[in-house]
Amino acid sequence: MAEKSIVFEPEDRYNAFLTVCNKPPHTDGKLAGIAVAVKDNISTRGIETTCASRILKGYVPPYDAHVVGLLRKSGAAIAGKTNMDEFGMGTTTENSAFGPTLNPCDTGRVPGGSSGGSAAAIAAGMVRMALGTDTGGSIRCPAAFCGITGLKPSYGRVSRYGLIAYANSLEQIGPMGKTVTDVSTLMEVIAGYDRHDSTSHNKPYTHTPKADIKGLKIGIPAEYFGPGVDPAVAGVVKKAIGRLEELGATTVPCSIPSMEYALAAYYVTCTCEASSNLARFDGVRYGPAADTKKQWHDAYQEVRRAGFGTEVRRRIMLGTFALTSGYYGKYYAKAQVARENVRKDFQRIFDGVDVIAGPTMPTVAFKLGEKSDPLSMYLADILTVPANLAGIPAISVPCGKADGMPVGLQIMGRHFDDERVVDVAYAYEQAVI
Amino acid sequence: MVSEKDVQHIAELADVGISSGELGTFTHQFNQILEYFDQLDAVKGDAAAIKDLYNVLREDEIEPSLPQEEVLRNAPAKEDGFIKAPRVM
Repeated sequence: MAEKSIVFEPEDRYNAFLTVCNKPPHTDGKLAGIAVAVKDNISTRGIETTCASRILKGYVPPYDAHVVGLLRKSGAAIAGKTNMDEFGMGTTTENSAFGPTLNPCDTGRVPGGSSGGSAAAIAAGMVRMALGTDTGGSIRCPAAFCGITGLKPSYGRVSRYGLIAYANSLEQIGPMGKTVTDVSTLMEVIAGYDRHDSTSHNKPYTHTPKADIKGLKIGIPAEYFGPGVDPAVAGVVKKAIGRLEELGATTVPCSIPSMEYALAAYYVTCTCEASSNLARFDGVRYGPAADTKKQWHDAYQEVRRAGFGTEVRRRIMLGTFALTSGYYGKYYAKAQVARENVRKDFQRIFDGVDVIAGPTMPTVAFKLGEKSDPLSMYLADILTVPANLAGIPAISVPCGKADGMPVGLQIMGRHFDDERVVDVAYAYEQAVI
Repeated sequence: MVSEKDVQHIAELADVGISSGELGTFTHQFNQILEYFDQLDAVKGDAAAIKDLYNVLREDEIEPSLPQEEVLRNAPAKEDGFIKAPRVM
């Protein structure tokens, strides 16, 4: 195949990109010549990949993530690497070692996170589609805050090979785009079996979104409209669900009692996994040099203290603590029970409904600097983490505005029923265009 | 409740380093977050029953690997084709 290239010179006023590829090559295929941005925690051969961390500054992966290989094969032009919360740890993209990304809808606000750069690049019209990753809402939150669409695929549907791991049991790479069709097209390219990821399933995605939702049953969990959810946001989302009813869907009230413990279970699980995954960053195989003349503990402490941001160190320490022998039963083991309870609640609800709908985020985008206290930032993830704990697909589609800022409608589905959540989002999008 | 001494110990176990100036803030935030985690004490039920398991291991086939110079390219210190690490003993 003849190699061509495109010219990509965006005016990046929002710090959405960490690396821009000005003349990305591409081949023929489904995405021929389309500029696709890639979150900076996904390995790109020959293109610097930092996870927005000083500890990976200058790291150039010698291989492509499976999804990046698929992108290249589909003809996409890799337009650059997008900003994020360091290693995916955050809900605002303020935890980047290379400065925050701004929300194109209001530059005094955050774009959400952690895939904030990808969302901002799409919202600002710099690219039509981008890859993000979602560990506890990191695709859906910035999609909601920036007014674009983002899908967290079912766990196992998209290979994680080449994704720099933060919390393996929760995270998935997923598509983000201006429209549901863009998201669906990108999903078709990246989904499918990969022998390099032992959690990968042989479930390719070949689907054209359909807007017919007559007879669809939608569960409406009380917890998604309860205390802590901004009434203005809840109102916009309720109106959007009303629109789905006009299209022939019926709604069924339901409840996810396990949500009471979901957020704590999520943060225990992800910090424990992070404490193990991030042990590899020690300035030996990559990153800033460890002083080889020093004792290894001293050398590693020096490199890691200088190389990791505060939130990353906080989560590594929390995970280390939660896994120490005296506390394992109290935190990690209990979190796994709580996680199983979330899974069971979803199973029970999906016996009676096809999808579950609610807001993606409890509020609109925060002002820059508003979430300076870690716990209050964690609490903002309450409506997105259940899907990660259960491994089910969830999409966020723009559904209007509250206080002048975009609001996302979240649709969750049964495991491997990604096509259905895409269809419901598409039906809504087509009805309001 | 964890003390500053506990947090210092965890920072050492995790090799993330901590300065005396950071210790107070980290300890305060740690306690806030751990207090929130304590609600898990009330969780009832059993962990996931292991079911529907099947083997995903495949044959170990030898394939060409990355050339040595590519593997070493990102290492900040190397010698004679090896990666140099800090002293262990």
